[in-house]
Amino acid sequence: MTVWLTIALLTVGTFVIKGAGPAALGRHDLPRWALPVIALLPAVLLSALVAYDTFGGAEGFHVDAKLAGVGAALAAVALRAPMIVVLVAAAAVTALTRLVAA
Amino acid sequence: MSATLRGGACRAVPVFPATLALGVSFGVLAAPIIGGVAAVAMSAIVFAGGSQFAALGVLAGGGGALAATGAGLLMNARFLPMGFGFAPAFRGGRLWRAAQGQAIVDAGLVLARADDGTYDRNLLFGSTAVQFVAWVGGTAVGVLAGSALPDPDAFGIDAIFPAFYIALLGGELRDGRARIAALLAVGIVLAGASFLPPGVPVIAASAVALIGLIPGEDSGARKKKEETAR
Repeated sequence: MTVWLTIALLTVGTFVIKGAGPAALGRHDLPRWALPVIALLPAVLLSALVAYDTFGGAEGFHVDAKLAGVGAALAAVALRAPMIVVLVAAAAVTALTRLVAA
Repeated sequence: MSATLRGGACRAVPVFPATLALGVSFGVLAAPIIGGVAAVAMSAIVFAGGSQFAALGVLAGGGGALAATGAGLLMNARFLPMGFGFAPAFRGGRLWRAAQGQAIVDAGLVLARADDGTYDRNLLFGSTAVQFVAWVGGTAVGVLAGSALPDPDAFGIDAIFPAFYIALLGGELRDGRARIAALLAVGIVLAGASFLPPGVPVIAASAVALIGLIPGEDSGARKKKEETAR
């Protein structure tokens, strides 16, 4: 019961969060001053998510083998590798680091 | 099928393996805790990876529905400012616009942007549809393969989340202001991760986008100047 209640509440809440902006703005355009703020959202949110998924999470601030994988991903992006290479590099380096550290 | 819808789907092809792998890891982790049917249903109707992992973490620890929902919604709070960013792309009445907003996902920040820098709803729908198939399909595979698969962390699957965002971030840091904003956002997350509740550091960092209000020689301001000069 707890599980299905969670799914129902999370569905409703997510609908409201994702739908609030489009519903509030309706047919109106964004005010001009908001455009440079919106333009910065990808850089800000994606880098925040990188940092959060690397060091944060439910356990709070911590450093683990993932950091090596993230370093590999950064190197792959710097070398303009395709996304699949970035992902495989990150997973492989993290797995290897865990194997060596264990 | 419209050309931009197909274009959006094509743009999402490179992110398909990432979303699939994360979906599998969610299925593997979730099935023993909430059951296979609930895991697939959750992926299909909640459809927001970060919040699903967060809610699962609370349920796994014996937490209640409200605590699990709260943890999930904190992870989803970033979709509120994103909703305003995407809003001009949608058409129709308010409720219908809210429904179209459900297609907003992180990768849409990059994949759904047209050449002129505005968001396009068909690029969003096309790219999100591909990720939906990958996420729900991956969850189902994870549930079915479940116990046959070893611990996803042993394969470094948990590193795919940050790597996915790094790959999306690749082309976003061209101008100086975006780089400064990114560094500030990382700084806020690192500073807040040790004492803020899970998910909150990301929302706190989203406020950094407000530095866009500072007048400066960004491309938008230059364009405006050229217009006034004419």
